[in-house]
Amino acid sequence: MATISFKKAQRWYPGADKPAVPGIDLDIRDGEFMVLVGPSGCGKSTTLRMLAGLEEVNDGQIFIGDREVTKLPPKDRDIAMVFQNYALYPHMSVADNMGFALKMAKMKPEERKQRVEEAARILNLTEYLERKPKALSGGQRQRVAMGRAIVRQPQVFCMDEPLSNLDAKMRVQTRTDIAKLQADLGITTVYVTHDQVEAMTMGDRVAVMKDGVLQQVDTPLALYDRPVNLFVAGFIGSPQMNLMGAHAKDGKAQIGDYLVPVDETAARKMSGDIVVGVRPEAWRVVGPDEGGLPVSVTVVEELGSDAFVYGTSGVEGTPNNIIVRVSARDTVHKGDTLHVTTDPRSVHVFDADSGDRLSD
Amino acid sequence: MSTTTPVEDTVAAEEATKHRKSASTAAKEGLSSRWGSAAALVIAVLWTVPTVGLLISSFRPEADVKTTGWWTVLSNPSFTLDSYRSVITGSDVNLATYFVNSIVITVPSVVIPVTIATMSAYAFAWMQFKGRDTLFVAIFALQIVPIQVTMIPLLTLYVDWGLAGRQAPGGGFWTVWLSHSIFALPLAIYLMHNFMREIPGELVESARIDGAGHVQIFTRIMLPLLKPSIAAFAIFQFLWVWNDLLVALVFAGGNLQVSPLTVRLAELAGQRGEDWHLLSAGAFVSLVVPVLVFVFGQRYFVRGMLAGSVKG
Repeated sequence: MATISFKKAQRWYPGADKPAVPGIDLDIRDGEFMVLVGPSGCGKSTTLRMLAGLEEVNDGQIFIGDREVTKLPPKDRDIAMVFQNYALYPHMSVADNMGFALKMAKMKPEERKQRVEEAARILNLTEYLERKPKALSGGQRQRVAMGRAIVRQPQVFCMDEPLSNLDAKMRVQTRTDIAKLQADLGITTVYVTHDQVEAMTMGDRVAVMKDGVLQQVDTPLALYDRPVNLFVAGFIGSPQMNLMGAHAKDGKAQIGDYLVPVDETAARKMSGDIVVGVRPEAWRVVGPDEGGLPVSVTVVEELGSDAFVYGTSGVEGTPNNIIVRVSARDTVHKGDTLHVTTDPRSVHVFDADSGDRLSD
Repeated sequence: MSTTTPVEDTVAAEEATKHRKSASTAAKEGLSSRWGSAAALVIAVLWTVPTVGLLISSFRPEADVKTTGWWTVLSNPSFTLDSYRSVITGSDVNLATYFVNSIVITVPSVVIPVTIATMSAYAFAWMQFKGRDTLFVAIFALQIVPIQVTMIPLLTLYVDWGLAGRQAPGGGFWTVWLSHSIFALPLAIYLMHNFMREIPGELVESARIDGAGHVQIFTRIMLPLLKPSIAAFAIFQFLWVWNDLLVALVFAGGNLQVSPLTVRLAELAGQRGEDWHLLSAGAFVSLVVPVLVFVFGQRYFVRGMLAGSVKG
């Protein structure tokens, strides 16, 4: 029930020679699930901690709703946070853990009990309310951490990689649970992760960060379809996009003998060295004399639903590995040579120097 | 993708451990072997023999103690409570007074430093203020000052402040309480600070977001979690103060009204040491309280208070 906006918010750790976050501008809508994603050390956790009030903001401002919170201590910001390691109070029962914030807010015991029970019911924790955290499994502890956040009914949820301590299966399940819970409660959420799959599946919008700077903020599909630069193109998508060095001349992009089909905007703008990006699933297998890119197969990963072919293009100037998604029952074997091509609208053209997108 | 099944993996792992033992496993096995146990038993017996001898001596008649060794009790057993009787009643000041004095000295000398140390350790560990690190190093460095060096200046200060002597407030106990606290604080603050730092920072941050201030974090998070550490240090400090003679002698200054048991023990042997046979009984009388404290304090030495808090 609040918007969040960062206005040139900066965090400069004492003693560091450059700021961890030089100045972030980000507007998050009311009730939105915003995911901050990026490689480790990109400043995404710092940004979240600035919002939570655990990190000093050296310059700029942060607003929650129309309230400026830049200098407020965490407890006056009306936020709740879920930590990566859950940070449960080990000496308190689950009920006391969940009710701690309400107790600090001097809420009456009856009302507190009611709120805790309500949250426990939502999270299926009712039978564990009297237990200590050490008697819970990893997934249950994670739910207690969530419960501690939701009993407060805050304006903003901050989540700092809350799933990274769960095993793979649990993570997928909890991912859906959190997304559903957030949608039901409608509380503005900022979620930090390094896992682009989490970002794509959970976020209403995803903010991709690198070196403390926002690269692109958009819906998951828009990030996937129109990455604004090389970094986003390489970061979003699994397996990652094939990025190949190419040379542009007279509106044509060439990798060795292969003429890459590009869209008109890119054809107009590109010149000199460029990078051409193609998603694995955008490749089309063609016959040897149809002018495709030759790929000699080194590994075939069969996933059942489809298969990924890893191969080398053998053309100078392109990266060794080309990944092609083929349908699962195609008989492609190690040592074969495939010829692949694609359509102009599936090709992402980037400037090799600036990394900016040149395609439409 | 691994081609082995989990069962094969475990078997393989077990095989591997059979061949390459880790250092700790090797040490554990070495110490729990028959020979290791035998060696431990021998050491334990050797270490207990003097105490047993002291205990037996304390029950023997004066003439026996002064002429033969305690082991002759096996061939010529004779026991009496005479030594205990003289220790307990044989002085113009009642032994109970010394007992009470010891307790009156020890309890505040434990409570004051533990309270101050836990609070300042919290500040050093979890609060940001200017000059924090310098101040902490300075306090840490205070440990190298030998207490003997401080005695004359401290006593001068106490006299100037009117804390010393029978007419002083607290009957002259303040000098002993303060001295013990002063001597204990550097180590206490340092130890408590280290215990505090071991508590994960996320717990403190989480409490801050939950709306707790420093006082609430201290009382509701830190104190319950540090209970074993505080108890351990308190017992340590208790034993130190209870067994102390030097500080009591210097600062309670021959004033028998405020002297602890240790002072009485030192006097037991008499001016020229003629009553040394009483020392063994005296030692056991003064041992009673530390043993009780240890037995009842033991349950606080529990581990794993942090289990389940944070993962990994």
